[in-house]
Amino acid sequence: MTRYLVLAGQTLVAVALAPALAGFIRWLKARLQGRRGAPPWQPYFDVRKLFGKEAVVSHTASWIFKATPFLVFGTTVVVASLVPVVVAQVSPFVVGDLFAAVYLLLLGTFFLALAGLDTGSPFGGMGASREMTVVALTEPTVALSIVALALNAGSTSFSQIVAHTLTQPSAALGPGHLLAFAALFIVTLAETGRLPVDNPSTHLELTMIHEAMVLEYSGPYLALIEWGAALKLLVFLTLAANLFMPWGIALSLAPMALLIGLVSVIAKLGVLAAAIAVLETRVAKLRLFRVPELLSVSFVLALLAVMSTFLAR
Amino acid sequence: MLLFSKIWRTGVVTEVLEAGDPASVEVGHALEQRIKRLLGRALAIRHVDAGSCNGCEIEIAGLTSPIYDMERFGLHFVASPRHADLLMVTGPVTRNMEIPLRRTYEATPAPKFVVAVGDCAKTCGVFKNGYGVVGPVERVIPVDVSIAGCPPEPSDILRGILQALDRAQAR
Amino acid sequence: MDVIGVALWVMVAGYMGGAGLALMAPSPRAVRVITGIGAVVGSAAGLAAALTVLATHRPFEAVLPNLAATTGGVAIRLDLLGALFLALVAAVSLPAAIYGIAYTAAYDGRRSLRAFGLMFNGFLLGMSLVPSAGNVFTFLLAWELMAVTSYFLVLTENEHSDTREAGLWYAAMTHFGFVLLVPMFLMMAPGADATTFADLRAGAAGLSPAARNGVFLLAVVAFGSKAGLVPLHVWLPRAHPAAPSHVSALMSGAMIKLGIYGLMRVTIDLLGTGPEWWGGVVLVAGSLTALVGVLYALAENDLKRLLAYSSVENIGVIALGIGAGLVLQSYGLHSLALVGFGAALLHSVNHACFKGLLFLATGNVVHRAHTRNMEHMGGLIKGMPQTAAFFLIGSAAAAALPPLNGFASEWMVFQALLSGAQIPRPEIAIGTPLAVGVLALTSGLAAACFVKAFGISFLALPRSDAAARAREVHWSTRAMMAVLALGCVVLGLEAPRALGHMYRIVDSLSPFPGAAPPSPATSGTGVWLLSPNGIARASPLLIACLLTLVVMVVAIAIRARGLAVRPADTWGCGRIRQTPRMEYTSSAFAEPLRRIFSELYRPTEDLSVIVHPESPYFVRSITYTSQVVPWLERALYDPVIRGVRTLATYVRRLQAGSVHLYLLYIAGALAVAFVSAWWAE
Repeated sequence: MTRYLVLAGQTLVAVALAPALAGFIRWLKARLQGRRGAPPWQPYFDVRKLFGKEAVVSHTASWIFKATPFLVFGTTVVVASLVPVVVAQVSPFVVGDLFAAVYLLLLGTFFLALAGLDTGSPFGGMGASREMTVVALTEPTVALSIVALALNAGSTSFSQIVAHTLTQPSAALGPGHLLAFAALFIVTLAETGRLPVDNPSTHLELTMIHEAMVLEYSGPYLALIEWGAALKLLVFLTLAANLFMPWGIALSLAPMALLIGLVSVIAKLGVLAAAIAVLETRVAKLRLFRVPELLSVSFVLALLAVMSTFLAR
Repeated sequence: MLLFSKIWRTGVVTEVLEAGDPASVEVGHALEQRIKRLLGRALAIRHVDAGSCNGCEIEIAGLTSPIYDMERFGLHFVASPRHADLLMVTGPVTRNMEIPLRRTYEATPAPKFVVAVGDCAKTCGVFKNGYGVVGPVERVIPVDVSIAGCPPEPSDILRGILQALDRAQAR
Repeated sequence: MDVIGVALWVMVAGYMGGAGLALMAPSPRAVRVITGIGAVVGSAAGLAAALTVLATHRPFEAVLPNLAATTGGVAIRLDLLGALFLALVAAVSLPAAIYGIAYTAAYDGRRSLRAFGLMFNGFLLGMSLVPSAGNVFTFLLAWELMAVTSYFLVLTENEHSDTREAGLWYAAMTHFGFVLLVPMFLMMAPGADATTFADLRAGAAGLSPAARNGVFLLAVVAFGSKAGLVPLHVWLPRAHPAAPSHVSALMSGAMIKLGIYGLMRVTIDLLGTGPEWWGGVVLVAGSLTALVGVLYALAENDLKRLLAYSSVENIGVIALGIGAGLVLQSYGLHSLALVGFGAALLHSVNHACFKGLLFLATGNVVHRAHTRNMEHMGGLIKGMPQTAAFFLIGSAAAAALPPLNGFASEWMVFQALLSGAQIPRPEIAIGTPLAVGVLALTSGLAAACFVKAFGISFLALPRSDAAARAREVHWSTRAMMAVLALGCVVLGLEAPRALGHMYRIVDSLSPFPGAAPPSPATSGTGVWLLSPNGIARASPLLIACLLTLVVMVVAIAIRARGLAVRPADTWGCGRIRQTPRMEYTSSAFAEPLRRIFSELYRPTEDLSVIVHPESPYFVRSITYTSQVVPWLERALYDPVIRGVRTLATYVRRLQAGSVHLYLLYIAGALAVAFVSAWWAE
């Protein structure tokens, strides 16, 4: 019973923290630009406001347009329940492994792309086309990063990977791990629509990837999609943090361990978010047809990670 | 690295928003209390250029600069009227922009309000009675706040919006 | 005779009855109904026979020695593997046959429905006999029956020149495969009298390694050409779009799986364990097939050809599973190999289900939109909501999205490939992560492909009048699609149970004498898909439950708060009208990927600018044409075709037209015959 509660609690913590994470990155970028910026909890106000607005739906859209925000949010929440946020081992109640998580996120993106096409707006179509391109090209890197981790740990199950890294801390500094982390970081930037792949705050439609698909959304639908996007960012960063640097994660359900786990994950997310903010301040957005070059760099990194794992055995 | 050392040296340059000339802001229709509560802390702005000379646009662009920094009040610009709560309109409404302006207004979800920025938006300014001009923004869509000036200062624009939302004490 | 025997006789009688009576039926409607009923009876009986074998685990054998006695007679042996493929064929042909009754109404009066009925039932009979065959003769007879009847089915709409060309390619490739099958079987047979599969199995044990390798390569090429492995896939994207939609469903869903059946039968069952390069060949072929299939599917605007290339891609995925299994088996890792083969079988079944569904839905769409080109469709979800929903389920399954069936089998193929890490030799083991990378890329591209297929065809505004006027088709077509859609959902949610059956089927084949140690993966599955070491797990059923729970909670919360929805026009930056021409097109959707993979696509580009005669600065019109031409095909097949043509031109000199020369030929042939007969004595 406690396991169910802890699992549900962990998921709710992730869902609740997600807007703060996005807000923190935005705030830090503002500070780096010499501005005071909106406080890190601004996204909560944004979401609350959006829930109070009406939703304007286009005549050309079908039920897919209205169903997509729920699916996007739902799949991201399910993935958040799979990922070790605070506790490492809540299996057997974790419904899937890393591959299941990747495909669940793909389900959300699939419907988001369909919703972009649904309204008949050329921007939506453009966003859908670009997003599916980027997602398709990140898939092999994600798979190979997972393989690199799984080869070391012997399985693609999250808890197994975490346990393995904790029992063999030297493995965390091995080339396989570091290369896989670098590859996964680049994939995170691509999948969550961050610079240099996609600018989350652009207003120029021709430079948009993710934003272009949601141009037609308003009100509660938009709130769900924005929240889902923030949650996706949290999920990816938690994966990067807790799979590669799992120290501090709770290994039991004792309240003290859970507290330490929560604090450590928040600290790690803070560090990674700061890294993203600094990176976004430093680099400019790549034009769309340079993005495959970046993604192939991440693929090569992942491939090298796998090969070094093989050689190290 | 040079960039980050410059950032460190420059620091935060945002200026405190002071009370300004009250005559520059004219609140036509006061917003309902529930709208003020809903939009008070997080306002998405969609800018529409209805034939402006771009003088006001330069001032509006200054709103996002580090000096005026409208984000600290929870305001931000959005790319689509569907995401917007506030329509910020500049320029006398030209004949070609009349229908797009109306469509933008219809595309924005309720609750929403409109701010007319600049003398042209308020009274057509120097383009009054021109052959290509339909009239002030009020003629096309209902305007809630007008901010006078040719062009108005970014701090006036900020004050106007915050006043409409009853956040006049916001700093 | 027991139940299975009776069922098989009913199956044959049903198909032959349907074929024969269709020829004699009075009216076109009667022909269609009789065709359908014959096929339904046959499929139902075949399904019953196959399920009985699968449930009771007892293979069924029967011999009709007096039929074609010199070749060993007709022998039927329905073991577990054959029963699975017979069930697959029957399960796809049942809805396809009922669908066909209403679908072929479009051919009333314009085509020979009688010939169609004959060939349709013959095709189903051939497909049902292939997995039931127990000796070489029966197998080849059924194979050829399947090939010939499907050739005529492909040529149903033969007024189009590309249909005729498709038929030509199809006939050539399928007989190329047949020509390789005969020596393959002959190499395995220990003697002229012993041609049953059991004899072949015994004989294979005594073959030299070179002979075994030869048999293996012939099997890969011959069965690969039927399954659609690159570069032997060229007939697939031509024949499948040309055929009527329910025939395409059968060809894509059932017929190409019989190529997989043949490959598994010969390599795993008859030949037994082989060296690891066998698995390597299949893995490389599978990776190449999967990538080429999905890349060309992305570049297609013809909806049926897109689905045909997607079938090629899925055959590649199945081949990846088989390849993984073969490699693992060659190292003695039998329990891991079981997972690979089980995943391949599960994907075969899943693909039959969702590809059949997709082709049936496409049939409806093409019927209403009067075109196969996606660029002229659009907005069909408003006029054909149920067809759209079924197509969406099929697309989601094809894109391997949880909790549908495509996800479960691809997940298992991933786990099978991952277990390749346990191969003792690292230089071989490193190939498996590469295969994982290729599979992941294919999977992502397939998702993009099906967003395009569904999104452009069904969503937004109609791009032509026909699409705007599209309405739903006859209820029987929708009912059959519902059956297959339900199959996709059930196979997805109950994937662990289905996978358990697949493991039992693979276990019954000869290299797995049941002595393989039971791994956690293969014993007691329940709701979990398990990796070979049992640690990684995924449950499509629980994912579905959790997802539904979260979506319902959020939906209820939002409804409770109040959701005001206002319809308006699509935001178009304030411009006046929203027309279909402003929508994203199919070519535009695939354009970024086309650019990225331009080295693989090598698209031809043609730009012509017509200027005003009086000044080069005034442009009258600009025409830009870009086509993705399968250059690999050109590179490989054009030389062969040219060579054959040249050879044929030389040989044609023998046909001089002079009767005297022909008499000379006859005399010469007789002389040679007499001399050789005298010599032989």
